[in-house]
Amino acid sequence: MREAAIVSFAQLDCVRNAGALNEVELIMPVINGALSGAGLGSVQEVDFTCSGSSDYQQGVAFSFVLGVDALGAVPPINESHVEMDAAWALYEAILKIRMGHADSALIYGFGKSSPGELPAVLSQQLDPYYLAPLWVDTVSLAALQARMMLDQGIISELDMAEVVARSRRNALANNPHAQLKGEVTAQQLLQADPWVSPLRKHDCCPISDGASAMVICTLERARQWGKPCAVIRGIDHRIESHNPGVRDLTRSVSTEHAASHAGAANGRVQVAELHAPFSHQEIILSRALGLGDGTDINPSGGVLAGNLMMASGLSRIGEVAKRIIAGEVQRGVAHATSGPCLQHNLVTVLEAA
Amino acid sequence: MANLAAVVGIGQTRYETRRGDVSIAGLVHEAALRALQDADLGWNAIDAVIIGKAPDMFEGVVMPEIYLADALGGNGKPMLRVHTAGSVGGSTALVAASHVQSGTFRRVLTVTFEKQSESNAMWALSSKHPFSPHLNAGAGGYFAPIMREYIRRSKAPYDVGIKVAVKDRLHGARNPLAHLQLPNITTQEVEASPMLWDPIRFLESCPSSDGACAMVIADESLVHESPQRPAWIKGVAMRSEPTMYAGRDEVNPQAGRACAADVYRQAGITHPRRELDCAEIYVPFSWYEPMWLENLGFAEQGQGWKLTMAGATSLDEAGDIPWNCSGGVLSSNPIGASGMIRFAEAARQVRGDAGQHQVDGAATAMGHAYGGGAQFFAMWIVSSGKA
Repeated sequence: MREAAIVSFAQLDCVRNAGALNEVELIMPVINGALSGAGLGSVQEVDFTCSGSSDYQQGVAFSFVLGVDALGAVPPINESHVEMDAAWALYEAILKIRMGHADSALIYGFGKSSPGELPAVLSQQLDPYYLAPLWVDTVSLAALQARMMLDQGIISELDMAEVVARSRRNALANNPHAQLKGEVTAQQLLQADPWVSPLRKHDCCPISDGASAMVICTLERARQWGKPCAVIRGIDHRIESHNPGVRDLTRSVSTEHAASHAGAANGRVQVAELHAPFSHQEIILSRALGLGDGTDINPSGGVLAGNLMMASGLSRIGEVAKRIIAGEVQRGVAHATSGPCLQHNLVTVLEAA
Repeated sequence: MANLAAVVGIGQTRYETRRGDVSIAGLVHEAALRALQDADLGWNAIDAVIIGKAPDMFEGVVMPEIYLADALGGNGKPMLRVHTAGSVGGSTALVAASHVQSGTFRRVLTVTFEKQSESNAMWALSSKHPFSPHLNAGAGGYFAPIMREYIRRSKAPYDVGIKVAVKDRLHGARNPLAHLQLPNITTQEVEASPMLWDPIRFLESCPSSDGACAMVIADESLVHESPQRPAWIKGVAMRSEPTMYAGRDEVNPQAGRACAADVYRQAGITHPRRELDCAEIYVPFSWYEPMWLENLGFAEQGQGWKLTMAGATSLDEAGDIPWNCSGGVLSSNPIGASGMIRFAEAARQVRGDAGQHQVDGAATAMGHAYGGGAQFFAMWIVSSGKA
């Protein structure tokens, strides 16, 4: 199978409310950034384009259709869309490259969560007959998951606070796009009142507007373009049962499977970007991926520092790629998730060329 | 370079106004199980599940692959959800095929569905976009002016659409799965039906259906494990263009022409009318048959309606290039599945198992879907011959 590599990545600042900017205006800067980062002038110079978004964020059907207006798809382009995080758009693009129908691809994800109530919107992901009518939201389900972990002694509230303190610190040091950043200690965080017990508000990712994009290509094409790149050595995703009652919510079996299929353990993991919308989920994911002290986890601050719904997974991959392209690290793992309580997980293994 | 893949299993539900007897999960499960039975396989024989449907607002379930993982045997497997507007049924088949053609997996299940009775499609298609003018037109209102422009340009007689409406319903009457069963439909009846969006009368429009369609797609090395004759995938193509741009030809979209040229090149087709035995083409409103005959190169520009009027696309008139022998979108329209039904029915034709709507000796067939403002296209060509 032909390998693909990431040559450029662009993301917007995560902001709580992008105001009057529409989706096209959110997408255009990252598309232009990703294309110019690859030394390309327009979408016509890549063989395939794929995006990820959700109609329910904008509150209208076919919201991605207007996104095509941001591309410059004249003459027509080879293009597709997943109603998922754009990390899965990347997956579709990699299949196209592997089958020889593309040598290069543009991938983007976008979301404007500010007009709605995101936790309530996501509650409508649940089984429409048995779960959705309860209007149990994503935060509440994550709180149940955290409660199970605390009750079983797998984690402590201090562990959770330490995840958040590190996220804020890393975001301050490394991530100009972060929405939440700062110097704060775990002890200070533990002073906060519960939000949805046992979660405090800082245990939950913020709600953000924005977009991110990347360009990938074959290794041969990256050489032709004269661009340094991060090679996608492995990528795999797995889903689990939707019924929270039949899953062990304290671990992520699907992440373990995806990591195994993607070959995450076939070398040292210097850096890992984990799509953990809640602090305790970062601990679940670190364990599922077998990460230890030798791994720098979420140097960007992760999604606790800014959560571009539908682009956060792609941004995790981009964050690892960025560090490999810059020569800071040789090998890293990126993770993306979808669904309540980490139901669906994607693992990407990236290496220097 | 792509690996050779084939359709080895097909499963469809019956299409009808309301499937009140099953949940959404029950509906997709029914189609998936029939595809597996057709392929003589169990759930464990599937490496990945690829699902597609039109907007989530049609059922009110956000990203339904999350909820449908259990119903489709997805646990522990990759599950991907495609959404490319009305072309999604076709695009989903193509994305599923790419899982195998890329060499990543050896056998996948793909399922598309719509349970339109759960909501009101006209509403879901007419919600207001922020910062954009509100059309409140639904699909028929959107496409009507484009069809009128076709009539003006081609000088087609007024009854071409009526002829298509009758022809596809007579085809549909041969297909027990079709939603509309109108074996005695007449041109007078279509002409007398209420005008909805001039030039489209009620009986020249697609119905609103519940239903699901599924396929099992396998790598060449596993095709022998299923009993049906394989439908080999010979060409796959997608194209998109913006809804609006200066100089856009909405009657004969450039994206459709480019997509057709790509899929014909892969399948080695230079003269589609002569080299294809039949085609399943996305015609939700009657006048789109002559328009797509031209867009897809079956007729010269301005001449498509002549094929329709001469009966070239009719099974009942023994036409040389029957279109939509299953009854097409005009007979069954579970929107998210409609494109995949076209792809699956093309495969049935080359397998020779299309029953009463079989084209004798069909060896090569085309499946087609379009969506958005006639701006997203997905096409494949399947063949009974491997080489």
